[in-house]
Amino acid sequence: MMAAFDVIVLGAGPAGATCAATAAEAGRRVAVIDEQPRAGGQVWRAPMGGFPGKGDADQASGDTLRRRLAASPATRRLGHRVWSVVRTDTGYRVDTLGPDGPTALEAPFLVVATGAHERVVPFPGWTTPGVIGLAAATVLLKSHGVVPGRRLVVAGCGPLLAVVAAGLVKAGTEVAAVVDIAPRSAWLTRLPAILGQPRLAARGLAWGFAVAKAGVPVLSGHGVRRVEGGEAVTRVVIGPVDADGAPTEGPEQIIEADGLIIGHGLTTACEVTRLLRAEHRFDRLRGGWIPVVDGAFQTSLPGLHAIGDGAGIRGQAMASLAGEALGWHLAGRMAEAEATRANMAAATPFSDAMAGLMAQRPAQVRAIAADTVVCRCEDVTRAEIDSAVDAGATQIDQLKHFTRCGMGPCQGRSCADTVQELMAARLRMSRQEVGQWTGRPPLRPVPLGEVIGAFSYDDIPIPTPAPL
Amino acid sequence: MSARHDLVVVGGGIHGCTVALMAARGGLKVALVERGALCREASGVNAGTLTLQMTRVALIPYALRAHAMWADAPNWLGHDVGVVVCDGLSLAFTEREEELLSYRAGKRREAGAPIELIGANAAREVEPGLGDGVRLAGHCKVDGYANAYLTGLAFHRALTDAGVTLMEHRAATGIEREEGGFAVQTAQGPVRGKRLVIAGGVWIEPMMAWLGVPLPIKVLVNQLAVTERQRPVMRTVIGIASGLLSLKQYPHGTTVIGGGWQGVGDRERGGVALMPERLIGNVRLACHAIPALKEARLARAWAGLEAETADALPAVGPIPGIPDAYVCGSVHSGYTSGPYLARLLADLILEREPALPLFPIDRLLPPQAGRAA
Repeated sequence: MMAAFDVIVLGAGPAGATCAATAAEAGRRVAVIDEQPRAGGQVWRAPMGGFPGKGDADQASGDTLRRRLAASPATRRLGHRVWSVVRTDTGYRVDTLGPDGPTALEAPFLVVATGAHERVVPFPGWTTPGVIGLAAATVLLKSHGVVPGRRLVVAGCGPLLAVVAAGLVKAGTEVAAVVDIAPRSAWLTRLPAILGQPRLAARGLAWGFAVAKAGVPVLSGHGVRRVEGGEAVTRVVIGPVDADGAPTEGPEQIIEADGLIIGHGLTTACEVTRLLRAEHRFDRLRGGWIPVVDGAFQTSLPGLHAIGDGAGIRGQAMASLAGEALGWHLAGRMAEAEATRANMAAATPFSDAMAGLMAQRPAQVRAIAADTVVCRCEDVTRAEIDSAVDAGATQIDQLKHFTRCGMGPCQGRSCADTVQELMAARLRMSRQEVGQWTGRPPLRPVPLGEVIGAFSYDDIPIPTPAPL
Repeated sequence: MSARHDLVVVGGGIHGCTVALMAARGGLKVALVERGALCREASGVNAGTLTLQMTRVALIPYALRAHAMWADAPNWLGHDVGVVVCDGLSLAFTEREEELLSYRAGKRREAGAPIELIGANAAREVEPGLGDGVRLAGHCKVDGYANAYLTGLAFHRALTDAGVTLMEHRAATGIEREEGGFAVQTAQGPVRGKRLVIAGGVWIEPMMAWLGVPLPIKVLVNQLAVTERQRPVMRTVIGIASGLLSLKQYPHGTTVIGGGWQGVGDRERGGVALMPERLIGNVRLACHAIPALKEARLARAWAGLEAETADALPAVGPIPGIPDAYVCGSVHSGYTSGPYLARLLADLILEREPALPLFPIDRLLPPQAGRAA
């Protein structure tokens, strides 16, 4: 059964939910779909399973958005996993799996607001149990109130370091150290842009203060060299790095810990626009591959729009504004759309400053050791990637055939940014030239049992047999 | 004037690669021109099934010999492409499928395929993973599969070792006849050869048109899907009577689901998109045959192009009216039979008597076409 709408929005984070609510309030028939049972996305993720939540500013903002969306006439398909998106003669068809089995929706306009993936640049021991992502740690803290260890090292780069470290301190966990790739100077040079957003700057300061008050050592210009322990994290070894994230001469420090929370910024989750073969370009500052969009956030395909971090890492404030602007636009309210767009300019310097701290550092990738696993789904090492290139693999899709890299359950979501950088370096090509893996369904792994739903054999539309 | 090769092969799939390899080993100076990388189209993205139960009756003798070649790949190709030889079952779930199966298995058996018809219980002994509702099964011990994605690397190494001049990422944009042979035009300059093989899969039609030969080639857009790794749930290759299912679990635990359900795509754009209803239909059929597949998760689905002539039989042989030019392709279920047919063509080019007849394209051309030159 096909449900028809004017607009389908994929993702109910700040960008998607704002867009859906705005367009629906202005009279459009809107469906908004999200994998999570509650709207809010990652940054405003809702508490779950009886956990009351942290009661912080993010939760309050999320609650406001959730109330607005619930009060709007938008149809909410939350807890639904999208596995297929195709172009039709009249627009787009979205196939989902939800509590009631498989369903399909159609609309002439599709808004992709699918957010970001976490980047972890591999190092020895990064697949050890007890190593988890910064973003994953924020999910555990925000949604479930769970602390992933007793004595933790928080490492990587970008503003999430301070957020997570402060959250862990508040939750009463011992944070052994905060290890930041960026030298202090990297933050100082961004100070003007940060101070341009006083409210956000104040929150950042509060996180930093919480960490400092707890006496947590902060090691700037340092990175994780390796994790030791095998079965579970026992020690984290760190050492100095240069501004590009590559290890430099200098003493290693060994930190006893039972967990490592690590993240090296965010990459765009642009699987949907990739699947539909919209035009993309590589923009390192914005998190990697981003769909090319026009002033109305429309991609190279008619009716296909992209907003939020999935269209380029810009953070929550820009995502919310883009959602509102596009919502007005889709409702035909051009004056409001234009006014909202104008507000985005003011938020740009801060957004650029944060994105810059989270962008991939090529030197850090080039420093990955030969025997370090890069594709963790298929256990492909850096050496295997290099030797596949030496054996004649010159296209990113071809690398799969040579190594199985990117062929596992995550379909390259976690390794693509690293693998493509390694391949580009080896071939002395630009990231744009190396390209990205061709998008394929399903957008997420889906159980076959759910895809097929209930059926009888006679209902299978088996095509005409091939000639004998 | 660029150097003239003894043979220029246009198209680097299974057919082009095998012809080039065999011709080079036969002593010819061979160049292979491919617009992308080797075996990245039909030859690298198909289901990898090596089965007689989906093969055209007329091709059974070829498929039997080709199957033996695949099983022996480490020896003649020199590299492993993950070939597993195992039992294969073709299932009938309805009365109509039973009739279809009996008739088709009988015809294939007459042509030499060792296919036995067995009942549901016997079928379950061969494949304990089978679900309910099987009425009859065709059982063939000459079945199995390869890992299609490994063929590009394997041929790359074999062709390099054999001294073939590999010209990957070099698209042919035209072919001209000239004194003493052919000039294959590319953006990087012409590639010249005394003899020519056109082995361009679905692109055979436009390539033949460069020579003024109107050979229509249909483009099929086959949908395929693969699961995540799971525990072993099947040990055979499974199909159904109509041929619209191919199913096998690889040693590393993933299962490939195919059967030629049609997606969206064409010669210009490749396999563009999958039709969700058809993907669901194909997966339903797979889970109906092997219910434990329901536990697995779908990891990836894609569409690959397959070439087909008007009579769905191969286009392998000399190009009428154009001496020293040959065509090789459009073998229905060509992954199984491809290497053997390509080897036969190489024998013809090397002036050895092919062990079995080729499939000349005269039958597919309008009267007089291609002969004027």
